Amino acid sequence: MVKYIAKRILLAIVTIWAVGTLTFFLMNMVPGGPFLSEKAISPQATAALEAKYGLDKPLGQQYLTYMSDALHGDFGDSLKQRGRTVMSIIAMKFPVSARVGGISVLVALCVGIPLGCIAALKRGKFLDSLLSVVSTCGIAVPSFVICTLLMYVFGVNLKLLPTMGLASWKHYIMPVIALSFYPTAYIMRLMRSSMLDVLEQDYMRTAKAKGVAGFWILFKHALRNAILPVVTYVGPMLAYTVTGSFVVEKIFVIPGLGGEFISAISGRDYTLIMGTTIFLATLIIIMNVVVDIVYKLVDPRIKLK
Amino acid sequence: MKQNPLSFQLKLNPEDFLPATEEEKQSQIIMRESVSFWKDGMRRLVKNKVAMVSLVVIVLVMIFSFIVPAFYPYSYKEQIKGANHLGPMEYSEEEQARIDAGEKVFPHVFGTDNLGRDYAIRVMMGSRISLMVGLIATAIILVIGSLYGSIAAFFGGWVDLIMMRIVDIIYTIPDILLIVLLSFALKAPLDNLKTVPGFGWVGTVGDNLISIFIVFALLYWVGMARMVRSQILTLKESEYVTAARALGVGNGKIIRKHLLTNCIGTLIVTTTLQIPSSIFTESFLSFLGMGVAVPLPSLGSLASAALNGINTYPHLLFIPAALISLIILSFNLFGDGLRDAFDPKLKH
Repeated sequence: MVKYIAKRILLAIVTIWAVGTLTFFLMNMVPGGPFLSEKAISPQATAALEAKYGLDKPLGQQYLTYMSDALHGDFGDSLKQRGRTVMSIIAMKFPVSARVGGISVLVALCVGIPLGCIAALKRGKFLDSLLSVVSTCGIAVPSFVICTLLMYVFGVNLKLLPTMGLASWKHYIMPVIALSFYPTAYIMRLMRSSMLDVLEQDYMRTAKAKGVAGFWILFKHALRNAILPVVTYVGPMLAYTVTGSFVVEKIFVIPGLGGEFISAISGRDYTLIMGTTIFLATLIIIMNVVVDIVYKLVDPRIKLK
Repeated sequence: MKQNPLSFQLKLNPEDFLPATEEEKQSQIIMRESVSFWKDGMRRLVKNKVAMVSLVVIVLVMIFSFIVPAFYPYSYKEQIKGANHLGPMEYSEEEQARIDAGEKVFPHVFGTDNLGRDYAIRVMMGSRISLMVGLIATAIILVIGSLYGSIAAFFGGWVDLIMMRIVDIIYTIPDILLIVLLSFALKAPLDNLKTVPGFGWVGTVGDNLISIFIVFALLYWVGMARMVRSQILTLKESEYVTAARALGVGNGKIIRKHLLTNCIGTLIVTTTLQIPSSIFTESFLSFLGMGVAVPLPSLGSLASAALNGINTYPHLLFIPAALISLIILSFNLFGDGLRDAFDPKLKH
C-alpha cells in the first residue's frame, strides 16, 4: 500500500511537470503577448515591463526561472492584474467555483444514486423506461442549452429566480441545476447497470436465502458492490466541476476560476495561465489517487499494484 | 425363394438400400442457415425500434443539412435589406410589397437574425458544420486511438507503461486550455499554408475548423486508446494469436488482421458514441466563441449569438438548441442500439 502510494505520487509529480512544460511552450508559441493589447503604451514602456517580468530573456531561461520559482512555491505575479499574485487570484476565485461545483456534485450523487437503484430494481417496468428516457436526455442535452432554457423559463418569463451573480441562496439554484444535470444522468446510468450486475450475483441469492431483510440486502450487499463505478467517475468529475464550468460561469456571470482562466488565456497572462493549469492538473491528479484509495477501502478484493 | 419359417435371417427389402434422393437429403438437415456476425447484428439492430427511429432522424437531419441548402433560395451569408429580426414566416416591408405585386417570395421559415440573414439556412449550415465535425473528428480519433491502444497493449511491458503514461498526461491537461492555445498557435502556420499551391482548400474549410480537427486528433483519442488497449490485453492471450505467431506472422499483421478485427464490435460502438461527444464539444467551443469563424455558422455559435436577445427573440435560441440536442440524442440512442446488437456483452 505504502509502496503503491509512493509510486503514484512520483508519477503524479512527473505528470504535473509534463503538463506544466507543455503548457509553457505552447503558450509561448501563440503570437502576441500580455502587453501588446494595451493601447497608448510606448515601446519603451513595453520593453521596461517585459524586462521587469523577465519576458525579454530567451525562452529556455524563462522556463528554468519559472520552474525553479514554482518549485519554491512562488507562482509569480499576474501580468495583467497589477500587484496581485497568481496564488491570491486563485485563492479568491477557487472557493466561488468550488462552492457551486461542490453543491452540484452533492446534488448529482443524492439524486443519481437512488434513481439509478430504483431503475435497476424496477427493471423493465414503466418507471425504469421513464428514468432511462430522462437519463438519456440528460446526457444528450449540452449544458448551454440547459442553462439558457432555465434562464428563459425561470429568469425571464416567470421572473422567479435571479439570473446573475451569487448574492443569495436563490442565485445558486439555476447554476447548480445546470451543472448537476449531466453528472446526475450519468451516475443514474452507471448505477443502474452496475446494480443490475450485482443483483444477479450468487451472494445476493445467498443473503436472501438466509433471510436478510430486504432493505439490508440492498444497503449492505448490493449498494456497496454496485457503487464502485460511480466512485471512479465521481473523482475526476468532482475535480472538473469544482474548478468551474466555463459555460455555466459565463451565462450566469459567476466570478469563478473558469471565467478567470478563459480571460487569462485571451489576455496572454502567462503567469496566471501557468498557475491555473498547474493548480487544475494537481487537483485532478490528487482526485485520481484518492479515488484509487477509496476504491480499495470500499472493495477489499482489489489489489493495488 | 421361399424362406424357412425357422430361419433367423432378416427380411431385407432391396428398396431400403437405394441411394437417398436430394429431397430426402434436404429434410435431414436440421441446422439453420449459418449466420455471420454482421447478419446476426443487423437482425438484432433492425428489431430495435428506438435505434431505427433514431437512424431515421439522423438521415433526415443529414438531408436537411446537406441536400436542402442546395435548393434553398437564400444563402447563409446573404443579408436581406430591411429584414432584420423577422419572426418565423414574416416578410420584410419590401418583400411584402413584392408579394402584393403578385411576385412569389420564399418565406423565412425560421425568420431572420439581427443582420437580416435567413435563419433557416443558417441553421442548416450550422448543423452541417456540426455533423462534419462529428464525423471527421471521430474518424481521426478512431484511427489514432485504435492504433495507439493496440500497439501499447500488444507490446506490453515498458512500451505499454510509457505509452499509457502519455495517455494519462493528456487526460490530465484541462482540454479547454489546449484547445484555445492550439487554435491560436496554429493560426499563423495555417495562414501560411493557404498560400502554398495545392493547399488552397485550407482557406475554404477555415482555419478554426482545421484547428478543431487537429485538437481533436491530438486530445480526444485517449478514451478510444484506453478502450482498445483493455480489449487487446485479453485478446492477445488467445490461442489464435499464439498460433499465428508460431506460423511466423509479423507483429503488424497480427494487430491488423487478428486483434483489431476481433474487437470490431467495441470499435463500432465506441466510434458511434464518440460522434455525439465530438458534436457536443464543438458546439460547446463555438458557444464560447472558439469554434468556427464568422460568417460560417455552427449550432453552438448560433445559440451563443442568440443569447443576448433571449427576451425578445427566444426562437433564435430555441431552434439551434433543440436541433443540437436532437442530433446528439439520436446518435446516442443509435449507438446504444448498435452496442446491444453488436456487443451484447456490454449490454444492460
